[in-house]
Amino acid sequence: MQLHELTIHQARSLLRSGQISAQELTAAVIDRILEIDNEVKAYLTLTPELAEEQARQADARQAAGEDAPLLGIPLAIKDVICTEGIPTTCGSKILEDFIPPYSATVIERLRAAGAVILGKTNTDEFAMGSSTENSAYFTTHNPWDLSRVPGGSSGGSAAATAAYECLGALGSDTGGSVRQPAALCGVVGIKPTYGRVSRYGLVAFASSLDQIGAFGKDVTDCALLLSVIAGYDPRDSTSVNTPVPDYLASLVLDVRGVRVGVPQEYFIEGIQPEVEAAVRAAIDLLAGMGAEVVDISLPHTGYALPVYYLIAPAEASANLARYDGIKYGFSFPDAADVWDAYRRTRQHGFGAEVKRRIMLGTYALSAGYYDAYYLKAQQVRTLIKQDFDRAFEACDVILCPTTPTTAFKIGEKAADPLQMYLSDVFTLSASLAGLPGLSLPCGFDAEGLPIGLQIIGPAFAEPAVFRVAYTYEQATDWRTREPTL
Amino acid sequence: MKLSREEVEHIAELAKISLTEEEKALFQEQLSAILEYAGMLQRVDTAAIPPTATVLPLRDVMRPDEVRPSLSQEDALANAPQSEDGCFRVKAILEP
Repeated sequence: MQLHELTIHQARSLLRSGQISAQELTAAVIDRILEIDNEVKAYLTLTPELAEEQARQADARQAAGEDAPLLGIPLAIKDVICTEGIPTTCGSKILEDFIPPYSATVIERLRAAGAVILGKTNTDEFAMGSSTENSAYFTTHNPWDLSRVPGGSSGGSAAATAAYECLGALGSDTGGSVRQPAALCGVVGIKPTYGRVSRYGLVAFASSLDQIGAFGKDVTDCALLLSVIAGYDPRDSTSVNTPVPDYLASLVLDVRGVRVGVPQEYFIEGIQPEVEAAVRAAIDLLAGMGAEVVDISLPHTGYALPVYYLIAPAEASANLARYDGIKYGFSFPDAADVWDAYRRTRQHGFGAEVKRRIMLGTYALSAGYYDAYYLKAQQVRTLIKQDFDRAFEACDVILCPTTPTTAFKIGEKAADPLQMYLSDVFTLSASLAGLPGLSLPCGFDAEGLPIGLQIIGPAFAEPAVFRVAYTYEQATDWRTREPTL
Repeated sequence: MKLSREEVEHIAELAKISLTEEEKALFQEQLSAILEYAGMLQRVDTAAIPPTATVLPLRDVMRPDEVRPSLSQEDALANAPQSEDGCFRVKAILEP
């Protein structure tokens, strides 16, 4: 096995025993990036010198006897997370030259745990999209089929993980932006409970929904990454001050007596038959291992898409008002007056999807339409959350597909925003309810494209989600299939 | 729900974004389609349902009012397109 193919936990045991050094591991992963990223295009910014320096520091810490959970592990970071001194563009021209003066809390936590930062990964502009096609720079390609999208918006982080261009990665998930690309790229992705991970230093898209998540080659790596980034942060007033459980301790190969709920609303017309078959087979497998399958209903599922596409743009229209060309970012140079400067900075700085969502959100919040759109959406959000509250009286976790189809072709949905939005139809509800969700591979379609199984838990029940995911993963061998690049 | 050209222009002005004529036509069509789709929410009876603005039980989180280190003036201005005398420079807002 080559070094860049290692999981985080495999690499840690080799580093701990001194069989490899952090510098060797980092050099191997950088070589891998230089070899294939011109095809995958996962990274917006590479920081090899910084990574080598951090690897040297990790080796010194290791030599001094330290045993931090990510010591010497090279990771990729979605480019919506602030990294001090390293460009953070959000996939937008408006932040092309922005260099954050501070790091996000998650970056401080990764560094304290010994991680090595390789660079910043591609994303749909301001995380608004499902394919990376809305990036102002370029589209990332799916490692399993370069003519297809990796999903989005954290498509760069998912593709980098799948293509072994990092050992793991951070992403952000507002309506499915970790889980959907994880499914489409055949890796594991966890979106934690809202409030579990600090959003300090995560560039805001929709503040009541945004949550930082992690990608790994397997469930253990995701549990390891979450255990490092989770926890209370006084700098994020929506971060929740409850203890972080030992996620690694939840990785037991046993689902006996676990009640898994299967929502009928997630097996609808339009779902790719191979996706439904793979997810049903996964449920059967877990049932065979002793899980108790419970039919449940989440009756307001069909309303999640319109609710999300009113609430998220409304919050975005307020959050993105800060891009005025004055404090940072692109500034239109030849404006006539201050109002003209605002209008033209935003005209030229933002791409089409960002403008579309700012317009939609502005409309939903505007006088005369607030009650009919924004307030109505918030009320239906309550009903969606109540659906889950009721369902979790009868089950411990919910199993369903992550996406209705496998990876689609680049360009296939780019012209029709509504069709693109539909690719998130199975991930939106958990986001609106603030619940943890994980996607892991559960098969392949006839074209050899990965299929994702989604596991949703009650708030702060990440251990139950990890337990079911780990048991399923250990009982199957999907992990042994790799993209050919 | 079909948006008029004038409504699109009004929203763009509220959002402080200049649009080309092509963008106005495209957004008129696309936003109308999305709003028409969102119209399905009117079928849901929400008469007695409170809105959810946040899923957390937290309200009005306070911290002690203590002086803490923060960004230096230099760091805070490092990304500014234009600065002068330690301040962000902006175009005149009021007529002289």
